[in-house]
Amino acid sequence: MQTRREIYKSIKEIPREEFLAGGTGLCAGCGGLLALRLFHKALGAKTVVVNAAGCMTLVAVFPFTPFHSSWLYTAMASAPAGAQGIRDALDVLIAKGKLPADEDLKVVVVTGDGAATGIGLQATLAAIYRGLDFYYFCYDNEAFANTGFQMSPASPLGSRTATTPIGTTTRKENLFELWRAQRPPFVATVSPAYPLDLMDKVARAGRWRGPKLFISLSSCPPGWGIEPADSVEVAKLAVDTGVWPLKEAHDDEVVHTVIPHRLHPVEEYLKRQARYRHLFEPVRKADILRQLQADVDGYWQRLGAAAPVARVAQDDWSV
Amino acid sequence: MRRDLLTGNAAAAWGARLAEVDYIPAYPITPQTEIIEDLAQWIGRGELEARLVTLDSEHSMLTAAGAAAATGARVFTATSSQGLVYGFEMLYTVAGWRVPLVLVNVSRALAAPITLEPDHNDVLAARDSGFLQIHAETCQEVLDSVLMAYRLTEHPDVLLPVLVNLDGFYLSFTREPVSLPAAAAVREFLPAYQPVHAKLSAGHAMAQGVAVLGGSAYAFFKYQMQRAAEAALAVHAGIAAEFADRFGRSYGVVEGYQLDDAEWVIVMANSFSTVGKAEVSRLRAGGEKVGLLRLRLVRPFPVATIVAALSGRRAVAVIDQNISIGKGGILFAEVASVLRGGSAPPLRSFIGGLGGRRFRSEEFDLMLAALRQAEHSGGSSEPHLLFSETEYLQLREMLRIAHGQK
Repeated sequence: MQTRREIYKSIKEIPREEFLAGGTGLCAGCGGLLALRLFHKALGAKTVVVNAAGCMTLVAVFPFTPFHSSWLYTAMASAPAGAQGIRDALDVLIAKGKLPADEDLKVVVVTGDGAATGIGLQATLAAIYRGLDFYYFCYDNEAFANTGFQMSPASPLGSRTATTPIGTTTRKENLFELWRAQRPPFVATVSPAYPLDLMDKVARAGRWRGPKLFISLSSCPPGWGIEPADSVEVAKLAVDTGVWPLKEAHDDEVVHTVIPHRLHPVEEYLKRQARYRHLFEPVRKADILRQLQADVDGYWQRLGAAAPVARVAQDDWSV
Repeated sequence: MRRDLLTGNAAAAWGARLAEVDYIPAYPITPQTEIIEDLAQWIGRGELEARLVTLDSEHSMLTAAGAAAATGARVFTATSSQGLVYGFEMLYTVAGWRVPLVLVNVSRALAAPITLEPDHNDVLAARDSGFLQIHAETCQEVLDSVLMAYRLTEHPDVLLPVLVNLDGFYLSFTREPVSLPAAAAVREFLPAYQPVHAKLSAGHAMAQGVAVLGGSAYAFFKYQMQRAAEAALAVHAGIAAEFADRFGRSYGVVEGYQLDDAEWVIVMANSFSTVGKAEVSRLRAGGEKVGLLRLRLVRPFPVATIVAALSGRRAVAVIDQNISIGKGGILFAEVASVLRGGSAPPLRSFIGGLGGRRFRSEEFDLMLAALRQAEHSGGSSEPHLLFSETEYLQLREMLRIAHGQK
């Protein structure tokens, strides 16, 4: 497996210090929470999280907070605008000498995919346009998971949600490219199953001022229909099957940071999750399965000859 | 101190400038744009040391405003009409954060149909949000109210955001002589903002606006807001007394005009009260003992002051420039709700001035006649909709022309 890391090269380099205490009220095995915990380790304690409505809103429930940093719940549509207000206020107060410079904070938006791709997209694009110096962490569990797993624009083709009981008929919205179109200094995909890759990206992204995106494909045991204990393994399969490419972009170039030598068949990932069970039983939905594999193959083939090719059993292609 | 001819919008901008605000998130909407444009020019010329950022919507603007206030900045912003209702979710949120903020609303009627002219459905829709509301009649009052609003919102017993309201077009674009207090005098009245609440910075980790489950914590916080709003009445009285001492202009929670010996009272708010006062003078000249009560603080609602001012009158008319569809005038309901018992006067409800429509003298004659009748037949909560036969015929004529009929 080919990897690209500069700062966090070994698992031993992950700080033992925790900024997000255990014992939150979130679901067991939440991939998003694991990713956020790693994300926070890379950022440090001088951080303020601006939250949009979603699963993570229930991380802090009055009068308890697991954060060693600060936290502001705004609203579903406007967390990036909240980040703008905090960033501007810190800048103005420091410039006027009303706040010591060492009281400064890194400003982070934490949002689910539903807000990131839908109701919050306007405020997000506007914050990128203004060049706001902030981190944007999207825990992408591919649905409105906090409200019972309804379809969001990030729900992938064929996946079952509470509002698409026989599977979605639309492709996942491409948040990475939506951001990249505005050329922010740093955009990346990450995974809780690849902690060094995640933390390395967060640490390196700090070199740039401006909007910095991290989309974490966040395995969701109740929504995806997986065991909490299998959450990280399924998240890893998303990368190893090529469904969730780990990549980053600054300037114009997209760089893949984790490239499996050989991709596993997409079905290995799908078969592990109840949200795709209707593709296999009572009858096999060969058309959609073929389409899902072709989408992944097409993505990697467009990257050129160096890209890995999926190893697919011949009988998987029979109708 | 100097006197300038200022529009209501410019007076609002001067209020923010003299308050030496740190931060102004903005989004344009007619008729409030001049406020932000003035501030932008002053910042551009180095006359105001503040950061102005244009946001993508009023929803984002209010989020940024509240978040900056939670960080410890003195924040000002302004909106109007559709913008206020677009940002509505954040009114409740910012008020719940218990951060100080002054928001100027330039009242404009709400679509549909779309119009640019004023009534008060926009601002009164926000009356339950936790924002305190000051409604101004004159350009001078706009400026003075912005300064007083900062003292009110930053007071540790209050810490609720304050909305200062002025009428679009009738006040926003009307020039009146306005006394501009000297910056040094304002600084004595309104020193630089020192946050007394927890604020977002590295030294003080805090969680703000977090979820509460189970109901009792939610009720606790809402009751705290109610108590703070109640406390704001006494705080306002102190601020108003100090303001009068320093600047010679006195503002109560209500304003009485020819009220002392009035037998018949008309209740109004905002700039059209000036028309009401002229009509009261006209009726007084004809020997009628009429007075006017202008509501200045709408939230908190100055219940005791209103009860004292209206009790024992022969009858009271409430004029609403708003309409709660299916019910009637909002201020009528507010006033009626606090008046009961033996000395409570009969009440009559009138709705007019919608979308900037001017009141007419005949309508005040009609109101007085209705009050005479009400004294004997008791109160009625049925709203009287002010719309004349002439207006109806003019509308029919416009439709006839639009249809190409001869």
